[in-house]
Amino acid sequence: MSTAIALAASASTSGRRGYWSGVLKRFSRDPVAVGCTVILLVLILAAIFAPYLDLADPYKGSMIKRLRPVGTEGLPLGTDEQGRDMLARLIYGGRLTLYVGLMPVVFAFFIGAALGVTAGYVGGFVNTVIMRVVDIFFAFPSVLLAIAISGALGAGIVNSLVSLTIVFIPPITRVAESVTSSVRSLDYIDAAKASGGDAFTIVRVHVLGNVLGPVFVYATSLTSVCMILAAGLSFLGIGVKPPEPEWGLMLNTLRTAIYVNPVVAALPGIMIFITSLCLNLLSDGLRSAMNVRD
Amino acid sequence: MLVYLLRRLLYVCPVAIGVSAICFMLVHVAPGDPLTAIMAVDATAQEQEAMRAAYGLDKPLPTQYVIWLGKAVQGDLGKSIASGRPVAGEVIGAVQNSLVLAFAASLIAFPLGIFLGFLAGYFRDSWIDRAVTTVAIAGVSLPNYWLGIVLVIIFSVTLGWLPAMGAGDGAWMWDFTHLSHIILPAITLSVVPIGIVARTMRALVGEIYSMDFVQALYAKGLHRGDVLRHVVRNAAPTGLSVMGIQLGYLLGGSILIETVFNWPGTGFLLSNAIFQRDLPLLQGTILVLALFFVLVNLTVDVAQAIIDPRIKRS
Repeated sequence: MSTAIALAASASTSGRRGYWSGVLKRFSRDPVAVGCTVILLVLILAAIFAPYLDLADPYKGSMIKRLRPVGTEGLPLGTDEQGRDMLARLIYGGRLTLYVGLMPVVFAFFIGAALGVTAGYVGGFVNTVIMRVVDIFFAFPSVLLAIAISGALGAGIVNSLVSLTIVFIPPITRVAESVTSSVRSLDYIDAAKASGGDAFTIVRVHVLGNVLGPVFVYATSLTSVCMILAAGLSFLGIGVKPPEPEWGLMLNTLRTAIYVNPVVAALPGIMIFITSLCLNLLSDGLRSAMNVRD
Repeated sequence: MLVYLLRRLLYVCPVAIGVSAICFMLVHVAPGDPLTAIMAVDATAQEQEAMRAAYGLDKPLPTQYVIWLGKAVQGDLGKSIASGRPVAGEVIGAVQNSLVLAFAASLIAFPLGIFLGFLAGYFRDSWIDRAVTTVAIAGVSLPNYWLGIVLVIIFSVTLGWLPAMGAGDGAWMWDFTHLSHIILPAITLSVVPIGIVARTMRALVGEIYSMDFVQALYAKGLHRGDVLRHVVRNAAPTGLSVMGIQLGYLLGGSILIETVFNWPGTGFLLSNAIFQRDLPLLQGTILVLALFFVLVNLTVDVAQAIIDPRIKRS
């Protein structure tokens, strides 16, 4: 399943600004993608500015107010198994969930792109070494690899970030390598070489511009999986540690409450679902706006 | 053909060795001493050294790896720290249960995914296409462990139709009680593959229908059904490879679902190993699952080569 991604937009000769304003124009005409961007922005901003939103303390429980249903007076989304306000915990929960769910793809994008461009541009022995190591990591289903590394390292935010980054480096490297290899064989690279450009300059000026777009779009398509996996690690108890509010962890601790208050128990999962759905649709929108085909 | 098969088989060896090296390293990146769990609290430095020597932990890492690999090849994956039983035996029992679950989930996912994908690809840009695309994207975006909980809430807690956990008593059998236990986990597990298979088939079928040869077939006067046969044949190799990868995913990715439903498979074993810090068990389970995934991919590639003459020639 070699991901031969071709950049159809490279034909546009109107210069860089023309390309990006075209992308923005196409993107803004896609109501689904714009809607998802708005929802994601709201979630991210709410998470960042949670302390200023006049919410209840997400850590403060109450023995007498446990598992109140949705719509209770003063508790619009009820309380969890320790009597903590669900609305506050869901909004505060976005902080760690989005951070651990998105950052690994960002790290993996830089590391994977660097490895893939190096492998694709230098070729030969370097390519063989990098790509064979990548092949080995592909022998693990992503869920299994994430759980294996997190399980061995133990619970914790940093460990989750490390294991998820390792999971997403190989696929990004593979895509970056395949795009770079196809760009490298184009005539204008030969022309740049003939006019005396050194490898570093050619990569920086001529290769990256054509490679990073498709690799970026591919990376955005991984964010949804990463979100689900990150929350899944916490759900298993090998991600974020209690009592931190985090959607996967909340889903886990509320499992005992499904007989008492099933709606509240399902709420954190709805947040994960909405976020990952928006990430997927946003990625699809970016893909068509940037004219990347795979 | 033979050359291709041999090349593909040879290529498996370095991957398998790499996989085993990663599994071996898992234990050594783990914080803490692997022996703390079984060592007496008041063990003297001398006793600790003796214990270390007994487990071969005093040797340099590469030597330890070769010894471990030599035993693993003979089916000896060491002993579980928690239960003291051989890891290989525990893993085999769990793999059987996971295979049953993966098989049941693929029985739901593959026919449904292929059917939906074909439908959407055939009626490109119609309302059917949009409906299927929506279902598929919802499927791949769904945190399936959450879906499992929701299904338990609906069908076990509220309606009381199906059991919420376990695989039924005794060894697995295809009878009513055991089947009633597998329905919810199998449906939960099948949602992501349904989405992925449907999306892939839709793109594939749409692309094939827009090819020139399809026009030529219609021009020749072939009926829709006959043209469909050609399309199916063209879509089969890629479809097969997607399903192979998904089968591997079902087996290795079921850990979250197995935890939700207390299904006694490899996922259950893994989470036990993680929480009891039973590193030999963790290592052995991951190794067996990853090697199984490699084997599935190999089988898929060979099957692809058999049904697609273009691969043989290249």
